[in-house]
Amino acid sequence: MNPQELLHWLRGTGLQLAAAVFVLGMTYRMLHLALLGRKKNLAAARGAEWGPGLRTVWRRSFVMPELSARGKFTVIAGYTFHLGFFVTLFFLSQHIDMLRAVFGFGWTALPRSAIDIAAILSLAALIALLVHRYIDPVKRMLSGFEDYLSWLLTFLPLLTGFMLLRGIGFDYTMLLILHLLSVELLMVAAPFTKLAHMFSTFSARWYNGAVAGFKGVKA
Amino acid sequence: MNEHETLGARLAQQGISRRAFLKFCAAMTTMMALPPGAATAIAETLLKAKRPSVIWLSFQECTGCTESLTRSHSPTLESLIFDMISLDYHHTLQAASGFGAEKSREDAMKDFFGNYLLLVDGSIPLNEGGVYSTIAGRTNLDLLQEAAKGAAAIVAVGSCASFGGLPMANPNPTGAVAVSDIVKDKPIINISGCPPIPAVITGVLAHYLTFGELPALDELGRPQAFYGETIHDRCYRRPFYDQGKFAKTFDDEGARNGWCLYELGCKGPTTHNACATTKWNGGAGFPIEAGHGCLGCSEPNFWDAGSFYTPLAAPTANIAAVAGAAALIGAGAAVALSAADRAKKKKKQQAHEKLSVKDLGN
Amino acid sequence: MNLPNNNLNSIPIRIEDVAEYSIGNLRALLAEIAAHLEKLARDGATASIDLHSLPFASGEYEQLRLLLGQGEVAASIEAIGPSEINETRYPGVWWVTHYNVEGDIVADSIEITLIPEILKSQPEDISTGLELLRAQLNGEVQS
Ligand code: SF4
Ligand code: SF4
Repeated sequence: MNPQELLHWLRGTGLQLAAAVFVLGMTYRMLHLALLGRKKNLAAARGAEWGPGLRTVWRRSFVMPELSARGKFTVIAGYTFHLGFFVTLFFLSQHIDMLRAVFGFGWTALPRSAIDIAAILSLAALIALLVHRYIDPVKRMLSGFEDYLSWLLTFLPLLTGFMLLRGIGFDYTMLLILHLLSVELLMVAAPFTKLAHMFSTFSARWYNGAVAGFKGVKA
Repeated sequence: MNEHETLGARLAQQGISRRAFLKFCAAMTTMMALPPGAATAIAETLLKAKRPSVIWLSFQECTGCTESLTRSHSPTLESLIFDMISLDYHHTLQAASGFGAEKSREDAMKDFFGNYLLLVDGSIPLNEGGVYSTIAGRTNLDLLQEAAKGAAAIVAVGSCASFGGLPMANPNPTGAVAVSDIVKDKPIINISGCPPIPAVITGVLAHYLTFGELPALDELGRPQAFYGETIHDRCYRRPFYDQGKFAKTFDDEGARNGWCLYELGCKGPTTHNACATTKWNGGAGFPIEAGHGCLGCSEPNFWDAGSFYTPLAAPTANIAAVAGAAALIGAGAAVALSAADRAKKKKKQQAHEKLSVKDLGN
Repeated sequence: MNLPNNNLNSIPIRIEDVAEYSIGNLRALLAEIAAHLEKLARDGATASIDLHSLPFASGEYEQLRLLLGQGEVAASIEAIGPSEINETRYPGVWWVTHYNVEGDIVADSIEITLIPEILKSQPEDISTGLELLRAQLNGEVQS
């Protein structure tokens, strides 16, 4: 198989396989979570569920609580990474071309300089988080193989994508192959690893808020 | 053994001055992307070189490659490039026909055995014993295998001879294959393109004459001097690509401003060819200058690699349908397994047993 | 059908004001020329730049001509098509353009040298010429 054929496979069949695994795995996990069923709470409701649930999703995503130095670093670097990842994923023109081809609609891209900054910040934050995970004794103890694997699976698409935009290291065809390969790996692995939190985070937060809301507690 | 005279002798006969020849070599140097100072050295060697015999076989092709070559713009191609070689067989260009033509091919193969250059355009059909393309009653496969035996080197001209080309496009009814799929024991150079740039064909010939061997090749057997860089590497619209300025349609503001054609399906980034610098039609321009993206015609598989108008970033297959089906299956599985879990839970509750997470189908 | 003005040169071409569109290839090229010229002045090293292989935006090529300008020497050669050899406004910087008989450019370069090689008489041509001259002296050739 020459590089052109490999690239063609990755843009076609490979992507179809990855999308199938990703979507199947994710719908299964999310729906299974929702259908696990909560025992009917027989107590009289002291407050609503939906409002506080959504409020908690919002608050936990954007309001910074008081934290220790370690916590602060983790939170700031974590947010930088997630925000940068989100911006490059949804606002780089090439990604919008892709999404438009799949979903039938697109939106305006951000200028390339903004994308460059987002990508660099995101990469730097990921590296900082890895180093911190390794040198901080507590985090190190809590980390297992899967954590490092998840890190790598997230890091590679960002890195290869950045190299592709800047033409670093290999020629365009090879870089595009590497980028697609890393993205498809991520898609296949996501439903089976902690990376599934890309969706479950929000339902979990909602659930916390909803439970508290039901009890009339401000979460 | 028959011998052709040297190029120098031939030029002297025709009264072509050394200065004129130097100028021709300057043109060749540019063409081959050699350092500009090399012209004088090339002139020295070429003058002493013996004109090699060339046999050109045309198989499953459209004659576009020959058309391309005869429109080559180097200083009077007819008098100089064809002066540099002795084209002993080319069934489209030669005057002879019938048995006479086939005889000149056989003579050249005998007289210059081991020394002639074999040029091939078109792919070779293998299905049904190769009957899809025959010359003088013999299949292309047969002719190629015979001619390859005594060739010093083989030049596959065009994407069909190099990689299979349009005849090989899905579902490939004739079973077309490339020259390199058949001949394994000779040096082969692929001059891909649909058609290849004429200057590249003549440039490779000039290189062979000057250095007596094929030029440096890339991993697909193409001369690095011409295929070492992508269209995108040398595209004058590149600054717009880097700034993220793209034409969205062929007639919008961006298109009028000459912005990058990536979103209109340009394959320049993954296509290795010399169009952006050598250009076409005597340097008049190349497709991107005319406002159309590159089709990727010099790369293997370009004929089956999805639409010419799909951006490289977009998938070449239907992702939405697959994802939709996967979502349905995933949802179905979740509902079914949850129902099973509930039943299990109920049973255990009734039996007053403990239920752990491990019991649930997660 | 034969149109009266059926050739490319008869199409009027308007060159856009380059300053507005230039995307920066020229500066780099001029800097390269300057570096070579410095070497020529210092130790006589010659160099040449193949213009054929440089990606020019539309108008940039013409802009380069304007920037380098025309110097004291303008020569032309007639050998399988015309050639133009011009010294630019900067002595030692030559613009050498070869055309084929149809008038297409076949080689185009900037040479940084005391005199471009192609302008010099070639030894082989000299000896051929010498023979001719001798023959004429001996009255073998009527002029
Ligand atoms: S037009 Fe094509 S080759 Fe040129 S910069 Fe854009 S993508 Fe690259
Ligand atoms: S621009 Fe692309 S498609 Fe067009 S001739 Fe060149 S390589 Fe082929």
